[in-house]
Amino acid sequence: MIPSSYFFILSVVLFVLGIIAFFIKRDLLTQFMSVEIMLNAANLAFISLAKATGSLDGQIIVFFIITVAAAEAVIGLAIILLIFRQKKSIRTEDINLMKG
Amino acid sequence: MTEFFWLIPFAPALSTFILVVFGRRLPKRYVSFQACSAIFISFIISVISFIGLLGTNPESIPIVKTLFSWIRAGTFGADFSLQLDPLSAIMCLVVTGVGFLIHVYSVGYMADDRSYTRYFTLLNLFAFAMLILVMASNMVLMFVGWEGVGLCSYLLIGFWFEKHSAANAGKKAFIVNRIGDAGFILGLLFMFITVGSVEFRSINEAIGGGLLNQGMATLIALLLFLGATGKSAQIPLYVWLPDAMEGPTPVSALIHAATMVTAGVYMVSRMNLLFTLSGTASQVVAIVGALTAIYAATMALTQNDIKRVLAYSTISQIGYMFIGCGVGAYAAGMFHLYTHAFFKSLLFLAAGSVMHALSGELDIRKMGGLRKYLPLTYPTFLIGAIAIAGVPFFSGFFSKDAILTMAFANGQYFVWALGLMGAVLTAFYMFRLIFLTFYGEERLDQHAKEHLHESPRVMTVPLVILAFFSIVAGYVGLPLVLGKKLDLFGRFLEPVIKPAGEGHLSLGTEWLLILVSVAVALCGIFIAYAFYLQKPQAPHTLVRRFPWLYRLLYNKYYVDEIYNAVFVNPMIRSSEIVYKNFDLKVIDGTLNGSASAANWSGKVLSYLQTGFIKDYALIFLVGIVIVIGFLLF
Repeated sequence: MIPSSYFFILSVVLFVLGIIAFFIKRDLLTQFMSVEIMLNAANLAFISLAKATGSLDGQIIVFFIITVAAAEAVIGLAIILLIFRQKKSIRTEDINLMKG
Repeated sequence: MTEFFWLIPFAPALSTFILVVFGRRLPKRYVSFQACSAIFISFIISVISFIGLLGTNPESIPIVKTLFSWIRAGTFGADFSLQLDPLSAIMCLVVTGVGFLIHVYSVGYMADDRSYTRYFTLLNLFAFAMLILVMASNMVLMFVGWEGVGLCSYLLIGFWFEKHSAANAGKKAFIVNRIGDAGFILGLLFMFITVGSVEFRSINEAIGGGLLNQGMATLIALLLFLGATGKSAQIPLYVWLPDAMEGPTPVSALIHAATMVTAGVYMVSRMNLLFTLSGTASQVVAIVGALTAIYAATMALTQNDIKRVLAYSTISQIGYMFIGCGVGAYAAGMFHLYTHAFFKSLLFLAAGSVMHALSGELDIRKMGGLRKYLPLTYPTFLIGAIAIAGVPFFSGFFSKDAILTMAFANGQYFVWALGLMGAVLTAFYMFRLIFLTFYGEERLDQHAKEHLHESPRVMTVPLVILAFFSIVAGYVGLPLVLGKKLDLFGRFLEPVIKPAGEGHLSLGTEWLLILVSVAVALCGIFIAYAFYLQKPQAPHTLVRRFPWLYRLLYNKYYVDEIYNAVFVNPMIRSSEIVYKNFDLKVIDGTLNGSASAANWSGKVLSYLQTGFIKDYALIFLVGIVIVIGFLLF
């Protein structure tokens, strides 16, 4: 039986990898993927916690997160596609419309 | 028969409302029909109420009708309430009667004007405001009417506002009146403070009950009289009236001769108990009236503008009315107001008819010999001039004589002498006008001569009616010599105005005074005849003899210039200084400073918004770390 602390450590590692990837990568698609990794790191933490405590709440929440993540992926990809059509690029330094 | 008297002001009000809302879409013929019939309805109600009032028991006068409670604030209260008493009945008759004739005359006079509807709207509005002024049963509502007529006067003087001088004249009238109005308001406030009410009935009761002491009465009376000098164009606030002649001539006749400018006299007569209480104030009224009467008459001597001569003559005649009020003969003052309304509006309308015939010419130096071209205007103008000059058996004679006799009887010999001198001058300048306009050689422009024509009937019929009244209106107030019973006018006013009892003259003296004033009038006419018909060179010789005197009179004693130098220009200059130093620098500086501070800080803060998602995400992350750190430790 693998101790649940391993799962937590894996989850933290995944999350930190996601953060690092988000900050060092320069194109939107990869950044988007790293966001997904962070999301799944959170999922993993929820499930391991659910298993460790024997309650179902964490698993229910994970279903919700997966549903929302699916919808979010659709919208996010659509936005990235539209940005690419407009700018012919998905590099983040080219996208600064919000600059004050 | 007096039940419906309170409807009098509302016919013109309704008409004004309709014209304001639908005026643009209505045909000209309908506009004039409605405007004239509105004031005619008022006139009919006035006549009915007047007849009803004759049969009313003096105990139940004034008849008051409260329409609604208007202002209630603590102990202060004012109702929208109208009253009918002999004084307001006479004013209503004058305003609606003369007003109706002038409305009809305007139909012809203004026929070709672009702003026909606007003109009649304002004329109706004026009638409404004036009727509120004379029928108000308290000082506050009276003030509303007082301001209302001032507003209409402003709008009608500046009726042709494209003309710079007309717009300026309107402004001048409004501003000068404002000075007087400040006096009126202060008087009103002091009256409320001491008496605790603004209702005329309560004020009269309070004065009867001795609530007002001498000093307070003098103060209030003088403040109110300041208001009257503004509205009624007396020294020192008369300067606006001559300029007011920029307006259409029927307006000059209605507002600046017959009705509005006499509002001051009406107000003083309405407050006659107050003025009687204060001998000082009455004396001031009499002196100011007398000085104005002669002062304005001298200025009329040299003017060449037909309407301006009439304007100065109006100022002078109102001076006579104030003499009457000042010497305690309020009935005589009101009597002169009433006769003056007829002959002065007649003179103005006839002058308008002359202008109409000459395509707008105002300068009497370019007239002359018009007698044969204007077969109706000439005799009516002549009747008006005779009436104002004080020739016996015409209306002006009776009223002016009543005032001068009362002045003499009350021992005001100085005032009486000034009045008499004014009477010579009045006769002189009126007949100067007649002789220069209708007699002598023709000095017309070629252009004017080609279009020379008598006015249409819609203009001449009012002239004839007014001429008729200029002759007969005086017979309701025959001199006291002929018996006290025959002074119907004074007896009618008795419920409001206590007859001036003091100072009885012997029969011989009274006849002598009448003879003197007749002689004076004829003398003035004769001098004018000698000067302008017999020896047309005589005036020029006189001018050469006393060039400074002529210049002084011609330039109206330089009063406009003095007022400009003493009041207007320093005001403008100090405003300029304040504008440049305080407005531009302090106020604008503060505003611009705070605006640019906001602008600058916005610019600086906007550097935080890089637009890069990563930066936002980093800040987000840092924020989360801080929050978590905070929660954990």
